[in-house]
Amino acid sequence: MSFSWDLLVNAVVTGVVLGGFYAATAIGVTIEFGMLDIVNIAHPAFIIGGAYLGYLGWSAFDFDPFVSMAVFAPLGWLFGRAFYRGYHVFFERRGDEALQGLAFFFGILFVIEIGLVLTFGVDYRSIVAPYVSKTFGIGPISISWRLMLPFLVGLGMLAGIQLFLSRTFVGRTILAVAQDAEAVRLIGADPIRAKEIAFGIATASAIVAGILLIIIQPVEPSIGREYIGRVFAICVVGGMASIPGALVASLILGVAETLTTTFFGPSWSPAVSFGLLLVTLALRPAGIFGR
Amino acid sequence: MSAQADPAHRPRKSTLLPPRLRPGVAIAVTGVIFAAAAILLGSRVSAYYYLAAYTILQFVVLGTAWNILGGYGGYVNFGTAGFFAAGCYTTIVLNKLFQLPLLIDMLAAAAIAGLMGLATGYLTLRLRGIFFSIATLALAIVLQTVIVNWGFVGGARGVYVVRPQISGLFDSYAHLLVTLMIGLATCAVLAAWAVERSWIGIGLAAIRDDETAAETSGVPSLRLKLIATTMSGALMGMAGAPFPYYVSYVDPATAFSLAITVNSIAMPLIGGTAAWWGPLAGAIMLGSVQQVLTVTISSAANLFFVGMLLVLFLTAAPRGVVGIARAWKRGRAWT
Amino acid sequence: MDVNILAAKGISKRFDGFAALSDVDFVLHKRERVGLIGPNGSGKSTLVNCLTGIITPDDGTVAFNGNDVTATPAWIRAKRGLARTYQIPRPFTGMSVQQNIEVPLRFAVGHTSARAVSDAAQAILDQVGLADKAGLSPRRLTQVELRKLELGRALAAQPKVLIADEVMAGLSDSEIDEILALLTRLNAEGISILLIEHIMRAVMMFSQRIIVIVAGQKIADGLPDEVMKRDEVERAYLGE
Repeated sequence: MSFSWDLLVNAVVTGVVLGGFYAATAIGVTIEFGMLDIVNIAHPAFIIGGAYLGYLGWSAFDFDPFVSMAVFAPLGWLFGRAFYRGYHVFFERRGDEALQGLAFFFGILFVIEIGLVLTFGVDYRSIVAPYVSKTFGIGPISISWRLMLPFLVGLGMLAGIQLFLSRTFVGRTILAVAQDAEAVRLIGADPIRAKEIAFGIATASAIVAGILLIIIQPVEPSIGREYIGRVFAICVVGGMASIPGALVASLILGVAETLTTTFFGPSWSPAVSFGLLLVTLALRPAGIFGR
Repeated sequence: MSAQADPAHRPRKSTLLPPRLRPGVAIAVTGVIFAAAAILLGSRVSAYYYLAAYTILQFVVLGTAWNILGGYGGYVNFGTAGFFAAGCYTTIVLNKLFQLPLLIDMLAAAAIAGLMGLATGYLTLRLRGIFFSIATLALAIVLQTVIVNWGFVGGARGVYVVRPQISGLFDSYAHLLVTLMIGLATCAVLAAWAVERSWIGIGLAAIRDDETAAETSGVPSLRLKLIATTMSGALMGMAGAPFPYYVSYVDPATAFSLAITVNSIAMPLIGGTAAWWGPLAGAIMLGSVQQVLTVTISSAANLFFVGMLLVLFLTAAPRGVVGIARAWKRGRAWT
Repeated sequence: MDVNILAAKGISKRFDGFAALSDVDFVLHKRERVGLIGPNGSGKSTLVNCLTGIITPDDGTVAFNGNDVTATPAWIRAKRGLARTYQIPRPFTGMSVQQNIEVPLRFAVGHTSARAVSDAAQAILDQVGLADKAGLSPRRLTQVELRKLELGRALAAQPKVLIADEVMAGLSDSEIDEILALLTRLNAEGISILLIEHIMRAVMMFSQRIIVIVAGQKIADGLPDEVMKRDEVERAYLGE
């Protein structure tokens, strides 16, 4: 592959834009794993579920993806809350989070993926939205709206969640639970309810991220597995409980993957996120913004 | 003096075998019986049953191996398929280069997969358990990427492996494979039983319950965890070594199949992780059901069933069949 | 010939910017009985964690029996004879009470025969008064019994140094006396003891020397009567 500056610059810019989308996929894990210590490896399955909801909305009801987001994100919020309730009763209360809890989330990940295969088959599904196929250019760089919209929505979602967590009472309770659940009880707040709400937000963010995904590319059920490495890498590299950290980590991952794909081919890109994660764990386990 | 009172004529109780060793002997004897049956019955039994038996036996090994680290140690391996495939491809590589007996292939597979387990453990076991789990996942994905890009072993297209001609004891190579797998399964279960009642098992149990308290009680936690990952990996590799001969055609999709990973987790958890016979029970139960389902419905529906059963057991009966059995004996709730 | 069996010099530890320990020096002489007191959150448990090897201090050294153990893993320190109890009991919940005691017997002491381990475990259970609970799960024990199990587990390691972290919390007066008698007997047999307690009468009765830690710093170190009369110590306990 011949080297050219244009190629490099385009790759970096594309990587940054992709990174914004990756941030949307990982914010849920930053909340669930980074803040609440819930090892939800099924999060990528929720994302893919969201993508298929987006597909369903478009194919059955002619929903524009943003309409799908407005309709399905609240459903994700409710589902997430109910799901956490169940997880708390059956696993956290029993003290079974370590082995059984982890295996449980793996089971959920698996059941959702196979469930999607049984319902939709293994063929790729995509949606068509008129504005999505357009591109715009700045100098030698050309970006498509297909990537730009998820980038913008991703940033918006992160900003919204960060504001919610730092400015509202419920949000600050969640941050407090992340630091010390027992202390939260002492000030009269209910840490379990806070975790439930946080999990609801995280699930809703997964649904939105999934719909963004199907805007970017066609989906099939096993794509979720690619995201396990990505979302956990972003969470850890970003410093676990830090949203700004997750954003920076997402941009780094996006650029690293795009450069790898551009110069070494696409078959190596699944290894990038895991490589980044392993290097971080070996050299600076606290991540960028971690303590 | 009556015969009863005379010690020389008192009926002898079975003091030949101390109770502690009885399960081990039972396992070994059962294995020998099954192996002998496999050899003697030979072609008189339909090949279908042999093939089904091979799959179930393979899962006995994989589930038991997984449980040594998972159930006994509390560390979840999401990359069983990676270790299994390492065994597969060790055979494929050795077969292309040298044409060695299968037993040598299995030993080589044990060494390579064991080393993989050791390395993964060494890099991540000082961190939290979840990072070990993610590392095993990463390992499987990276390994698959490497194999897919490696022309020598067929890359994405796969390879054909020809079964050698044999004569004598076995009616066909398939019978040899099944007998071999019976032997391997017996060894795996024996190993699990031995670990469980040894200082390794006790140490792992302490680590699983509270690693910090275990350390201050003198338990060398990193060392024990590394022993467990190495043993577990080695057994998984050995399970994979005969696979190319079993299927005759191997491609990365089959060797790294998700079904291998899911089953190796579901079978011990459903059977019960606390005892050596849990993964065995899980493999036989779940393995048999799957044989039926795959043929009658579809392989995807079959996997869906396995996943649902896993989730169901984790929620309703987290101690598995072992837990249910033990609770029944004690007359208490099974959770 | 080192008269200190356990010595820490210049121990500092920060967590997320919070200074849990600042430049703490500490010695425990052979066969000595030392009491360590201080308000909740003052850093006592952090110091114990540094001494036993659960955490590594940011600065400073730890020496056990004349050897530098600052970088030595906790399990090796345990094998060499440094035992501790935990403020909040941490039993092995998947095993019976007796099996809990057997873990340090097998690993710290090195017994191999099941018979020897079982006999020794039963002796320890007798010593701490848990003989009739031997086969139960720790989940069925009361708080007080759990603390006795902690003590039993520490004793099973045949320690040269025993760090007793709040073993007496929640005990009745007679039970406190029982434990004090046990600890005194162990000390007479040669075990050096560091007693961390809030129950002042026990600390005063038992200790040959008292160390006071407040807000991560050692503010007093000397004879019990003298230390308790000091203003800083009184102020630290105001309201307690």
